[in-house]
Amino acid sequence: MIRKKGIGVSPGVAIAQIVIIDNEEFDIPERHVPVDHAQNELDRLKYALKISKEEILNLQQRTIERIGKEAASIFDFHLGLLNDKVLQEKFHDTILSGHVTAEYSVATVLRSYAKEFLAMPQYLADRVKDVYDIEKRLLRNLTGQQRQSLSHLTRNVVVVAHDMTPSQTASMDRKHIKGIATDAGGATSHTAIVARALGIPAVVGLEDITSVTSGSEQLIIDGSRGLVIIDPDEATLEECRLLAQQQVEFIHSLDALQNLPAVTKDGHEITLMGNIEFPEEVETVQAKGGEGVGLYRTEFLFLGSDTEPSEEVHYEAYRQVIEYCPGNTIIIRTLDLGADKYTQSRARNPERNPFLGCRSIRFCLQNLPLFKTQIRAILRASVDANVQMLFPLVSSLTELRQAKSIVKDVAEDLEEEGLPHRNDIPIGIMIEVPAAALQANSFAKEVDFFSIGTNDLVQYTLAVDRGNEKVAPLFTAAHPSVLRLIREVIRTGQQHEVPVSLCGEIAGDPMYTLLLLGLGLRKFSCTPMAIPEIKKVIRSITIQQALEVARQVSRFDTDKEILSYLRAVTRKVLPEVYSE
Amino acid sequence: MSMDFTVSQIEQEVTIVNKFGLHARPAMQFVELANKFSCSIEVAKGTLVVDAKSIMSVMRLAATKGTVLKITADGTDAAEAIEALSELVDSGFGE
Repeated sequence: MIRKKGIGVSPGVAIAQIVIIDNEEFDIPERHVPVDHAQNELDRLKYALKISKEEILNLQQRTIERIGKEAASIFDFHLGLLNDKVLQEKFHDTILSGHVTAEYSVATVLRSYAKEFLAMPQYLADRVKDVYDIEKRLLRNLTGQQRQSLSHLTRNVVVVAHDMTPSQTASMDRKHIKGIATDAGGATSHTAIVARALGIPAVVGLEDITSVTSGSEQLIIDGSRGLVIIDPDEATLEECRLLAQQQVEFIHSLDALQNLPAVTKDGHEITLMGNIEFPEEVETVQAKGGEGVGLYRTEFLFLGSDTEPSEEVHYEAYRQVIEYCPGNTIIIRTLDLGADKYTQSRARNPERNPFLGCRSIRFCLQNLPLFKTQIRAILRASVDANVQMLFPLVSSLTELRQAKSIVKDVAEDLEEEGLPHRNDIPIGIMIEVPAAALQANSFAKEVDFFSIGTNDLVQYTLAVDRGNEKVAPLFTAAHPSVLRLIREVIRTGQQHEVPVSLCGEIAGDPMYTLLLLGLGLRKFSCTPMAIPEIKKVIRSITIQQALEVARQVSRFDTDKEILSYLRAVTRKVLPEVYSE
Repeated sequence: MSMDFTVSQIEQEVTIVNKFGLHARPAMQFVELANKFSCSIEVAKGTLVVDAKSIMSVMRLAATKGTVLKITADGTDAAEAIEALSELVDSGFGE
């Protein structure tokens, strides 16, 4: 039995067998498989070789057509490597003698050749690039099989991975995946967001969970305490089963809140909405007692397939959301891609600093056909619905004006084509760049609403990459500078009568609810699973108490003091969750 | 009575003449040609002996211009194999 401490990002306890997903971008750990699984590894390798050969033949054909035979000849070398009998024997021997995974065999064998090549004269050493290329291709096809297998599981599992990418989580079989544990990531990593959205326990930032596990163990993932236990003993199992049971009971007790309004004890009505990624999640928003969608992330329309979604694909998805909750407000955020694998792997020149690069609204303004397609679909879908349009990562008024003029152009096009559409859609911006927060006064005159995105606001204010485990602990919305920006934006909104909502992770974290109410926030949009807890906090307090909390917090100088104070306050209001 | 071991095994020394030696493309030509024969073929540089039908192995030879390689073929079509492979190397792989 081994205990490992990480960052608990989605509460609850899961107990199941593990499935490990390797990542070809990172070192493949030496992982052993049971003796009788060796044949399975050989079969997987054979299949990966076959698929890789097909890919290269395709690539070669395309290169011949586009550039010419000369340029395509390097692929003969790649095919030669994949057909190499000596190499294949080495792969097999490594699997059979070391009882290791096909991934590990491919990585070690090819790395040893690569090392030999590197010692040769330059023009021969250059071939090491081709060896790495082949290695990456084989590993991608091997790990791809593993990922594929996540979409058709037959038993309950917990997933162990270096990190989970959006495309991996998008194709996950949600019924059988009971928990997630990853090496990388912080509280606002993609894994964390998805896990919370699905309501499955998750612990991230474990650093080496993929190498200390072998793939055949039982695992306890305790997302509430940020704990992972490998091969637990009977007593620990019993203890965790009990904990899991208590949590289920607590969640059920919150179900009673579904149809009760989100109103404070002294009668202040609060709007509580849900963040969604897939149209079906609207059902969860409603089941959990949320009113409408405060943030519809549309990236998944792009991540789910290899081609750009057509106007109809957009339109269908938006109509689906609208029909799930007619009458309710639905805030559709336009494409927020850029600093991610999807766009980086497609870019001709990957950016050196993608988070400060061509992402979100900047990407859209440089890819007008794609942007216009989405806006057309939004305007058409919202003809008879309460839809609002939200632009992400706006940092200057020029950007906002450009985006608004595109919306106008698109509306005119639709008018000319005689297609039914909405002409007066409310337009808002995400406040997630300090520049926008500081200039909220000017923005307020040109938008219909603000939505504060704390994840990026924290990243850009504190200069901390939330995905980097080395600095992840520095990433916190409780930093006085971040809180000051949030307070100012809410105030500015009040002054200009521009509604302000907050859709970052802290909207769904009960620890921040009192503080945010005290700062004047009246609209929260969070992951659907968190709605009942937030509602419970709202219904348990008065605005006077919230103001007092905000006042106290403003006296502290460090995030540590603020966090420990907020924790203590929340424990009083919601002892069931903060019971440690 | 002694067995005759030498009937089908033939050796031949060749010298790499093209400028960049056995880099990817010539090595691939060499391996592809070797794979057309049913006999087993080995190629040696000094004490390093490798399978001539394996591209990865042939690359390991790091044979630059002027390198002397010994090709050994064993099998029914060994003579043809040696002749064809020697000719390819002597021609400088058409470079």
